[in-house]
Amino acid sequence: MGADLLATAYLLSAVLFIFGIKGLASPKSARRGNLLAMAGMVLAFLAVLASPDISQYSWIIAGVVGGAIIGSLLALKVEMTAMPQLVAMFNSLVGLAAVLIALVSFLNHLPVAGHNNGLFMAELAIGSIVGAITFTGSLVAFGKLQGIVSSSAVSFPGRHVFNVVLLVAMVVLSVYFAVDQQLWIWAAITGIAALLGILLVISIGGADMPVVVSVLNCYSGWAAAITGFTLNNELMIITGALVGASGAILSYIMCRAMNRSIVNVLIGGFGQTAADPSAADLGDRSVKAAAPADAAFMMENSHKVIIVPGYGMAVAQAQHAVAELVDLLINHQVEVKFAIHPVAGRMPGHMNVLLAEADIGYDLVFEMDEINAEFAAADVALVIGANDVINPAARSDKSSPIYGMPILDVDRAQQVFVIKRSMSPGYAGVDNSLFYRDNCSLVFGDAKQVCESILQAID
Amino acid sequence: MSLILFSVYIFVLACFVGYQVVWGVTPALHTPLMSLTNAISGIVVIGAVLVTGAAEADTTTKIVGFFAVLLASTNIFGGFLVTQRMLSMFRKKD
Repeated sequence: MGADLLATAYLLSAVLFIFGIKGLASPKSARRGNLLAMAGMVLAFLAVLASPDISQYSWIIAGVVGGAIIGSLLALKVEMTAMPQLVAMFNSLVGLAAVLIALVSFLNHLPVAGHNNGLFMAELAIGSIVGAITFTGSLVAFGKLQGIVSSSAVSFPGRHVFNVVLLVAMVVLSVYFAVDQQLWIWAAITGIAALLGILLVISIGGADMPVVVSVLNCYSGWAAAITGFTLNNELMIITGALVGASGAILSYIMCRAMNRSIVNVLIGGFGQTAADPSAADLGDRSVKAAAPADAAFMMENSHKVIIVPGYGMAVAQAQHAVAELVDLLINHQVEVKFAIHPVAGRMPGHMNVLLAEADIGYDLVFEMDEINAEFAAADVALVIGANDVINPAARSDKSSPIYGMPILDVDRAQQVFVIKRSMSPGYAGVDNSLFYRDNCSLVFGDAKQVCESILQAID
Repeated sequence: MSLILFSVYIFVLACFVGYQVVWGVTPALHTPLMSLTNAISGIVVIGAVLVTGAAEADTTTKIVGFFAVLLASTNIFGGFLVTQRMLSMFRKKD
């Protein structure tokens, strides 16, 4: 295959990837979009295999067959609640692949007269840095999401100073590497980047994972793009830019939904500055507890119920019980809708996937901005394992750490039931003023068990 | 125009295309968006193939290259399949 034909095939692949992402604009066109992107990948792969640059195939085929088996097993076995972990793991693989490609590009590189060797080495160093940070950072994120690594923000004194020292050392070595190309310098740069990846993510708490996973997704795109720069491959540059843009936008959306800056999240400001909940002035306020049967009675006699799912629903695997509850309420002529906060769960869109898995129609599921005005007309708002995203203090209490964060206005419903395991505060460590309101009752227990009790009470 | 500047042109314009297209994605499909971008970032397989299959590749290169192909392919197959699996769950209430 000639160079022009190969470049044309790459261009077509890039166009197919763009249409693939565009397909996700609606659930109706999404499956076709994914198929288009798949076609783009097959085309690019066959085109490069047919190019004159490739003359030995056995190691390539072995790699692809191995990857096909591992990837397919992962994709078909993974639980929908474990999607954040899977995405984190895939991010890490791209990072490591980028590092490996940089390594062999370095080992095989022969300086060409008239070619800018320093520039090539600089690209190679940057590619290795971004790849290594993506690799180890995603591994730590995976460990936190999977529960292997503590999900709380791990910190040690002077860590910011230490990170800056590492960063400076890495930059200095990279400049040196562009002048004097030694393998040990490359290894040192990559090693420091790998250490930085670990340190940056380990200090971020569990509920900030939607941002972290998005940022690492973004980095994996940049890693691919820089690898494209090193190898002068336009398709890798374009695809990397698309992925990088996607991750950047998702990071922005997540930060906006928490009213925090990306810097604030990434240097790990939240979990640490949180006030000690026992010190909060609870006064003589008290919460009302309700039995599942009370919630059942209220809901079956309602006109309109809005359900707010949160991470607690995912942890308890309660989505199927929730789906049964929805069917039952609809049979009782109750209008049921779902309200999703952008940062509910551990990754963007996490709740939507769980509800879809439980066969709840996507036309019942609404984003925060679409549904917030409807709470005032709802008889019951049922909150399942969410906390900070429904705290009215975000609206009114200027002293609250979450002040200014957009919330779901559940307190405007006639009656709010909050399914909760205990009185412990949410991630932000802030007491929830909603719980003390007259129209709010807490139903204590595991989300799944409570939903099942409600189901029995309605029958 | 030098080769690097040509690449920068492409990169910057592709960022704008990505920006436009990704803002059009419905928030309900943000998880499939992430898994789809996981899959297409497996495009680094092209780079892995180019270094592994080169005529002058020695044994070290082939072994490291093999792992790069393996990792990228895992992303491609895993990413596309899990995306398809998720998207097939998104249905309207009948």
